[in-house]
Amino acid sequence: MDKEAIQRALKRIAHEIVERNKGVDNVVLIGIRRRGVPLAKRLQKFLAEIEGKEVPVGSLDITLYRDDLNLRLDQPKVGKTEINFPIEGKDVILVDDVLYTGRTVRSALDALMDIGRPRTVQLSVLIDRGHRELPIRADYVGKNVPTSRKEQIEVRLEEIDGVDEVVIGEWKEE
Amino acid sequence: MMWDRKDLIGIEELKREEIELIVETAKSMKDILNRMIKKVPTLRGRTICTLFYEPSTRTRSSFELAAKYLSADTISIATSTSSIQKGETLLDTVKTIEAMGVELFVIRHSASGVPLFIAKNIKSKVINAGDGMHEHPTQALLDVFTVYEKKNRLDGLKIAIIGDVFHSRVARSNIYAWNKLGSSVIVCGPPTLIPKDIQYLNVKVTYSLEEAIEDADIVYVLRLQLERQKKGLFPSLREYHALFGVTEERLRKAKKDVLVMHPGPINRGVEISSEVADSTLSLINEQVTNGVAVRMALLYLMLGGKSDENIN
Repeated sequence: MDKEAIQRALKRIAHEIVERNKGVDNVVLIGIRRRGVPLAKRLQKFLAEIEGKEVPVGSLDITLYRDDLNLRLDQPKVGKTEINFPIEGKDVILVDDVLYTGRTVRSALDALMDIGRPRTVQLSVLIDRGHRELPIRADYVGKNVPTSRKEQIEVRLEEIDGVDEVVIGEWKEE
Repeated sequence: MMWDRKDLIGIEELKREEIELIVETAKSMKDILNRMIKKVPTLRGRTICTLFYEPSTRTRSSFELAAKYLSADTISIATSTSSIQKGETLLDTVKTIEAMGVELFVIRHSASGVPLFIAKNIKSKVINAGDGMHEHPTQALLDVFTVYEKKNRLDGLKIAIIGDVFHSRVARSNIYAWNKLGSSVIVCGPPTLIPKDIQYLNVKVTYSLEEAIEDADIVYVLRLQLERQKKGLFPSLREYHALFGVTEERLRKAKKDVLVMHPGPINRGVEISSEVADSTLSLINEQVTNGVAVRMALLYLMLGGKSDENIN
């Protein structure tokens, strides 16, 4: 996927969000760190173009909610969660780059529930690569990419990596 | 930067990057303290023991709350009601509790070196919560974090440590920390309460409170440890207050943005006046709050990875 394809996908998702929620009055965007955050900000821009309203954007760090902390030798760095608006009764759109096993989303749901009680939580991802290990699905998908577990999907975004692209690579043994 | 130590015994052995990692992690932990639901599932099923051979309110409850906010289980051994009274040795007590599945011990003892001794003899991790006149590392870490929140920097600051430096493990840990971070320390107190060779720790010494306060960014007031003052190291509390008590009047000569800290518990009207302790310059309550955040950060860094002996 190149820059144009990513932007087109996000634009379509923005339209779908408006359609599904009948506007954006009750919608808030929350990006899952790290790459979900710039994606959420881009969606915010597209929503503003369509509806003329600025939707609040927050970021969520799920490190403390991971289910694999006891299985890893290293401890992942804890990032900052910044949600400076109430999510009580809101329609929260969780935004992430890749949906894979579903475990990140599970952690994000737990983290979200500790902060407040949204009316609905919807999930938006740029890439759905399959191989779910939990009963979780996305409401908005940029692109479905069937992969094998051996492959690695890398989403690179200008805000973090300096370039917009999605590439499939071979799994690197570490 | 990764945390790969089994134990935390003192600031002396830490690297600057490790201190910064703790401060960085503590920032995220503090957010949790401001939420309505102050609990994350991170350390679910892990067990921590606080073992205090000296009285303590804030350090102990701070550690226990930090553990609970991370969903760890805690037990606390009080020396007065345990088998220690039956003559069980320190190490046997710890090994007994370790055998019950405890993974981390928080230890305070009046003798310097006890946490290190225990750490060397058990597999579980150890955090020093104050040992004799040696170190109190988590106090210094929370002080560093508190200063960082207010000043947004850790280097190039001037820290004046006032009071009973001789008996103070808090002073030692702070001196190590600020030196590593690139800030300078000046200590001030009656000559009998300043250790003779303290300048070898790379600090300036003065016996004049005015001089110490003059350029300071932080005035760090130590508690006069009344329980350790049996040898007549100063004439009277009144005289101590008159010469070394930090008062509003004395602070008038300080920098405009000076901040006052104290590790607590405070002796009002002795080392610090009530007006200063309760003023807007005082970070004393902030220090207590940040203590929980810093200890959460440490517990996460020390227990957050795999529970395995191949670390360190």
